[in-house]
Parts: sequence; structure tokens; C-alpha cells
Amino acid sequence: MTQTEISTTSAPEAVPAHAPTAQWKWWQYFTFNTDHKVIGIQYLVTSFIFYLIGGALATAIRTELATPAPNLVTPETYNGLLTLHGTVMIFLWIVPAGAGLANFLIPLMIGARDMAFPKLNAVAFWMIPPSGLLLVLSFFLESPQAGWTSYPPLSLMTGKVGEGLWIFSLLISGTSSILGGLNFLTTILRMRVPSMKLNDMPLFCWAMLATSGLILIGTPVLAGALILLAFDLLAGTAFFNPTGGGDPVVYQHMFWFYSHPAVYIMVLPLFGVISEVIPVHARKPIFGYQAIAYSSLAISFLGLIVWAHHMFTSGTPAWLRMFFMITTMIIAVPTGIKIFGWLATLWGGKIALNSPMLFALGFIAVFVIGGISGVMLASVPFDIHVHDTYFVVAHLHYVLFGGSVFGIYAAIYHWFPKITGRMMNEPLGIVHFVLTFVGMNLTFMPMHELGLLGMNRRVALYDPRFTTLNQVATVGAYVLAVSTLPFLFNAVWSWMKGEKASENPWRALTLEWQTSSPPEIENFEVLPVLTTGPYDYGMNHHSESMAETTAAATGSS
Amino acid sequence: MNIPSQILTLLAGIALTLISLWYGQNHGLMPVQASDDAVAVDGLFNAMMTVSMGIFLLVQGVLIFSIFKFRRRAGDETDGPPIEGNVLLEIVWTAIPVVIVLVISVYSFDVYKSMGGFDPEASDDPGLVQVAMMPDSESNAAFNTASDTASAPLINAPRHHHHHSVALGIGASPETANKPADVTVNVLGMQYAWIFSYPESGITSGELHIPVDKDVKLTLKAQDVIHAFWLPEFRLKQDTIPGQDSELRFVPRRVGDYPIVCAELCGAYHGGMVSRLYVQTQEDYDQWVQSQVALKDSQESAKTSTVASLDAIADPTPNMGDRATTSPDPIRQQISQKFGIDDSLLNQVQPATPTTATPTTATPATATPTTAPLSAMHS
Ligand SMILES: [Cu+2]
Ligand SMILES: [Cu+2]
Repeated sequence: MTQTEISTTSAPEAVPAHAPTAQWKWWQYFTFNTDHKVIGIQYLVTSFIFYLIGGALATAIRTELATPAPNLVTPETYNGLLTLHGTVMIFLWIVPAGAGLANFLIPLMIGARDMAFPKLNAVAFWMIPPSGLLLVLSFFLESPQAGWTSYPPLSLMTGKVGEGLWIFSLLISGTSSILGGLNFLTTILRMRVPSMKLNDMPLFCWAMLATSGLILIGTPVLAGALILLAFDLLAGTAFFNPTGGGDPVVYQHMFWFYSHPAVYIMVLPLFGVISEVIPVHARKPIFGYQAIAYSSLAISFLGLIVWAHHMFTSGTPAWLRMFFMITTMIIAVPTGIKIFGWLATLWGGKIALNSPMLFALGFIAVFVIGGISGVMLASVPFDIHVHDTYFVVAHLHYVLFGGSVFGIYAAIYHWFPKITGRMMNEPLGIVHFVLTFVGMNLTFMPMHELGLLGMNRRVALYDPRFTTLNQVATVGAYVLAVSTLPFLFNAVWSWMKGEKASENPWRALTLEWQTSSPPEIENFEVLPVLTTGPYDYGMNHHSESMAETTAAATGSS
Repeated sequence: MNIPSQILTLLAGIALTLISLWYGQNHGLMPVQASDDAVAVDGLFNAMMTVSMGIFLLVQGVLIFSIFKFRRRAGDETDGPPIEGNVLLEIVWTAIPVVIVLVISVYSFDVYKSMGGFDPEASDDPGLVQVAMMPDSESNAAFNTASDTASAPLINAPRHHHHHSVALGIGASPETANKPADVTVNVLGMQYAWIFSYPESGITSGELHIPVDKDVKLTLKAQDVIHAFWLPEFRLKQDTIPGQDSELRFVPRRVGDYPIVCAELCGAYHGGMVSRLYVQTQEDYDQWVQSQVALKDSQESAKTSTVASLDAIADPTPNMGDRATTSPDPIRQQISQKFGIDDSLLNQVQPATPTTATPTTATPATATPTTAPLSAMHS
């Protein structure tokens, strides 16, 4: 990939009328604002608050599991805790955090002044707080207790209020997600600076292209399943209710048709983040740009035809189990391409071990474990043993905590200077990384063994022979709870008083770094012209051509 | 001393291979193997663990090596070499995973076949039959009136008289195919217990007894919500789904007693839904059956006494309705002994059973869990 052509034909666009360094007032971040950067920050901050709520629920769950007896909360409350923990973490933390990063970064990365549909964008964000409040409300009225999977008939029997609120909340956040996906897709395809071809895009944009496709195809099916479930729950229909002749397995198919791709909706954006962070801090071009870009599309496509691997012990015939086993296994191939590409990028580089890079390296180290256990779980005979056990709990947290959460942290440390105009504190970042890395492995590694040995998931009481491993996991969970403190302090303190960041503190080549930190309201004083590829590190021309861009920009203003 | 890097790489590769091979056989992560299926699944698991360990060591090794070897030195502001890719390398690391997953798929297919996953009786899709039947048969109205009669096997019957023979799950292995099973046990999952009934002898029990080295077939049904019948030591699991039969067929190879776990979230006391599987010698098994038959006869002749013996709980269903009203405590004690459940928990479980259902689903089938399942199982 070499695209260093300097576009001379596209003249610099008209200079916007407002003052060049225009910034929003602080209170405007709390309003219906259509600036993609404001919306991005709104998404990130809101979702992080829900991360803390979901984490508090997880800490309560692990405290209950510190002893084999169900002695902390009532069994109903326990099921409420695990249901809300899963739902909050997925629909109010990881998915909207990904949307937040995409909102902030996509227009800047492709040289646009905003998203394609700014109003729709703000509408999409403002659906998240009510969706979350409904869930929080349900916890105090009557918790939904059927797990985040909410399988009927159980979900039809645990109480109409809680389950109804749960369905309603998910329909709102699902709609928000669809609107966001539509916006990302249109923006990436239509709003790039003229000099940027698809193959000149940063890999984060490729990842969001693939993610948006999944959102647009998958989420409506979830909405359909939830609406039918709501009819069964509230109107007494029998789409899924076996007492009326309905088929609960049909719900599982519809649910997983969205919810397997949801894993990729949650992790693909962070694959994109890692592909951005590693070349910058290793000072080397990404290894195999096209392979990494297209593997996102491959994952996205394959992700749509693997859903029934969640149903190998359900009402599924043998041929279906075999088909979904093979498709699921094949997803390991494009995922492997990314991991090997990242490793090859590191090889021979000049690796800076700063906070964003530590989280990116940590991402690879732990995500690969989740990827490996994912291939194992695809194997039908093995999955029959471990399905619905702590092995699966371990696997999914290695993917969603080790993958998504590490990726989100890498992104925050990397783009914090751009978002806020200030640097984060390095020593605190390293403390945060060490605590997170240790806590994560302490919490989730023992769960593999627990599941293999015979501990089922979603239980408040368990066989006393599993006590020791559970206590290790509980200690790990407390370490994770503590690990958020240095981060919170660091983020808040650095935002107010941190060292001022330059335009491009990491000497990166992608376009978001070629404007002020934080960017002015319409992003670029003069729309940038592409002079180097996004990852042309080590090519002698890049420093000069960067200077050219700057010179051209200042000269024309 | 200067060792060429090729030799170091070779040594690292050999070490990685040896560690992976050793770990694949010695991880000690699986419970005892109580059936041929368990041996087959563990063989597959060990193979996957070997490959996994190799990939794990490779990735972590490269990562750690890079962090040390390619760390940026203080003051070095230069970039690394501008290498953008290598087609050959990319083909290799695409092709190797393809081969690995294909081999694992074929191996898995083979193990699944040996377990009996392709027994047509347990692997065909009843959904096709089902969809065709749906519009003209059971209308909701007809169904609701039917549900007013408590004695009808409400949940299980209506869907299933269309296709008697198909029950998804793990069926007969190639060796036992086309032969009737030696022992058949009907398993009913309900909030929050497993009920086992033996059609040949007519007995019902709260724990599962089977003879060793015999071809055992479990037919699985669910009373209220989805449960999952899991035998960790046999590596077998199958959801029990209301309205859909499923089955598990296997040959126990090891005398002993094993946990039976419900693996699918089924309500507040899901964690308490455990039982025991006793694999016995043929003599012990016969003795147990005889004692149960005798107990059943004595109970039928003296129905008034519900709390007569310790083993009364082995036939818990007829007593279920009486529990809350007549002297519940001895029964609870027996349950807690039999199932290993905390007595205080049972205190909560028992009143919970009839009340967890909401009005829509609280058909008589769930409200009186006693008669419906039994008639379903004995029919
Ligand atoms: Cu999945
Ligand atoms: Cu259960």
C-alpha cells in the first residue's frame, strides 16, 4: 500500500466563517448538540458511568460467589444482578462506547466536518440515557431475572414489570444503535475528503464499516424477537410460549442471529483501535493493510452465519450443529490474520511502552486466549460439555473484557490528548494497566477450570468443592473494581489540569492529528489533503510532506 | 559465545512443541471419565489443548520478545523499517489456521458420530414437521380449554403426537444403533428438581440409578421452563425444552455416583436444581429397583402416610401437594440429605414452586406439578 500522491487538483475549501479556534462551552456538552465530537464525548462519558454501574453489579455477584451458600442476596435478586450486569455491560457500555469512539473519530479521520446526519446522530445518543434509566429503574421495581438472553418461557414467568422494562429498554438502545450504524456507514462512504480512496482510510474506519453493516442487518432481528416476546408477555400471545403452542427455540434463533454478531459489534471497533494504536507507538507501518481491512469484512460476513453455535445443546438437529461448527471455526482465520498482522507490525519496531500501547499489547495477550477458547467452543462435542458453564463465562469475558474493554482503554489513552487537549498522567496509566491486567486474569482464568470441572453458570449456590477457585475469582474482581480508581482520577484530573497537548503528541499520520487539540468546532480550518498513507512510518518523505500540509493550510488561511 | 539466531529459533520451536504436547496430556482440567463418550471428548479436548498451547506460547512469546528486543530507547525518535507486508508470510498464516480448523472440524465430526450425534432418531429436525402442522392444529382457544383439566399431560402432549420417534440430542452410537436400549429412563425437568421414572418397573425417583456397562437411554422432557440436563463426568448435556422431546443415550463405564446439574437458567433456585446419578453393578441396580417397587406397592396400599420412610422422597411427586400443609419438615430434611441442598434454602424453594408462575403461565400444569408430569411420563 503506497499512496503518497499529492493531490494538487482539489483546491482548499472555503474557510468557515467562525473564529478558527472556536470551542464549545462546558454546558453545551449537556445539551442536544449535533457536533459529532460533543456526541462522541457524551457517548463515552455516559457509557463509562454505566460501566461503573455494571461493574458494581459484577462486584456484588462475585461477593455472593465468595462462598458456596447463597447468603448475600435473595436468589431473585441474584438473578436480577446477573441479568442487569450482562445487559448494562453490553447495551449501555461496550456498544455505546464503540459508538462514542466512532462518533468522535470517523469524521476527523476522513477529513469531514461532521457526520452525514448530525441531528439523527444526536437523537441516537439521547436514546441511551432513557434506555439506561429504564433498566436501573427495573432493578428497584422488579428486576428482570431471565438473564441477558431472556429465554422464554422463563422470561415470561419472572414478572411482567421487570421483563417489560427490560424489553422496552433494549428496543430503545437497539434503535439508537441502528441510527448510529446508518450514520457511520453513510459518513464513511460519502463524506471522505476527495483525495481519500477506500484503501487510504485508517483501519478504524474499515472496522466501523464492517460493524455498521452488522448493526443494520442484525439489530432489526433482535427488535423483532423482543417485540414478539413483549406480545407473549403482555398480550398473552404464544409466539414463543409453549403452553400456547409456541416454539421457544425460534426465539433463540432470532435472539442469537443478532447476539452473536453483537460480539463483533462490540469487538470489531476495538480491532480497529488496535490497528491504529500499534503502528503509531511502534513507529512502523501496519503489516498487511489490506488483509486487516478485508478481514474485518470477512468477520462481519461470517459473523452472520454462526449464531446457532449458542444452541448446540438446544433443540437443534445434527446437520445444523455441524454446519454452525464449521462456519464458527472459520472465523478464527480472519481473526488470526489480524493478530499475526499486529505482531508483525511490532516486530522490528520502536515500541514505546506508554499507557495506550500497554493496553493495546494487553489486548493482544488476553484476547488471543478468548479467541482460542472460542475455537474450542465451536467444536460441538466439546461445547456439549461446557455450554452454559463457567468455561463460557471465562471465554466471553476474555473476548469482551480482554478484547473490548482493553481496547476502549487503549483508545481513551491514545486519543485523550485529541479529545481534551491535555495529556493523561503516565504513571497513573501504568498503575491502571497493571491492576487491570492482573485483576482480569485473576478473575477470569480460574473460571475455565471451574466450567470444565462441572460448575454451571448463573448460580448463586454451588458445590463447595469449587470454593477455592471462586474465591480467587472474587479477589480478582475486587482488584478490577479498585483498578478503575486510578483511571477515574487520572481522566478527571488530567481533563482539568493535565499538561497541555500539542496538535500531534504521538507524531501520528492519520488526519485527526493534523488539526488542533481539541479540534475546533468544524474540525479543520481548511479541509486536509492526503499526502501520506495513514501508516507510512519510516518512509523518509513523511516528515516533509506533513510539513507541506501544514504550510499549505496556514498559507491559504 | 555467539549462537546463530536460526538455532535459537529452532530451539524455541522445539521447546514450544514439547511444552504443548506435554500440557495437552497433563492439564488435569477435566473430571473423571465415566463413559466412552467422555474418553472420546477428552481426546478431542487434549488435541485442541495441544494446538491451543502452541498458539498461546507463540503469540505471547513473540509479544514478550518484541517488548524487550524492540523497545524504543530513550532519545530515539526514529521510525522502524517501513515494511508494509509480506505476501508469502500472510499466505502462510492464513493457510495454517485454515488447516488447523479443518482438522479440528473433522475430528469433532468423528467424535460426534461416535457419541451417537447422527442417530437419525435423535438428529432429524422436527421443526419441519412442526411448522407444517401449526396452522390447522392446536388453536390457542382449544388449548386453553384443554388446560383447564389438570389431569391432561398439558405441556408435552399436544406438540408431540405428530412425531413420536424424533427426539433431538445424542442418540445411539454406531455400535448400538438399531438396537433397543438396555435401560430406558424418562427424565422430567421441573423447577427445581429432576424426576426420573422407569417405564419397565413403573417406579419414580428423585435420583437416577443405572447399571454399569449397559446401553442407557434417557428421554428428556421439561415441565415448565427450559432446563439443561448435564452429566459432567459423562461430558453429556442436553436442554429439556417444554413441548419438545430430547434424548441422551450412553453407556456408563464406571461404577460410582456423579452429580446431575441443571445448566440452563431456570429461575431463582436454578443453582439448587441438582441430583445424583448412581452407576451401579447389575446386582446393586436390580436390588435398588426391587426396593423401589416394594416401596411403591407399600405406599399404594397405605396412601395416608406420606412421610413414612426416608425413601419416600424417592417418589416425591405424589407428596408434592401435601408438603406445604402436612408436616413438611421431615420431608425437607430428607430432601436436603438426598439432594445435598441447604435446608434453609429449601424453606424458600418449596413455597416458591407453585407461586413463581405468573397468571398467564400458571396453568394447572404448573400449579399442580404432581399429576400432569406423571401421566405424561407413564403414557
Ligand atoms: Cu456467538
Ligand atoms: Cu433447571
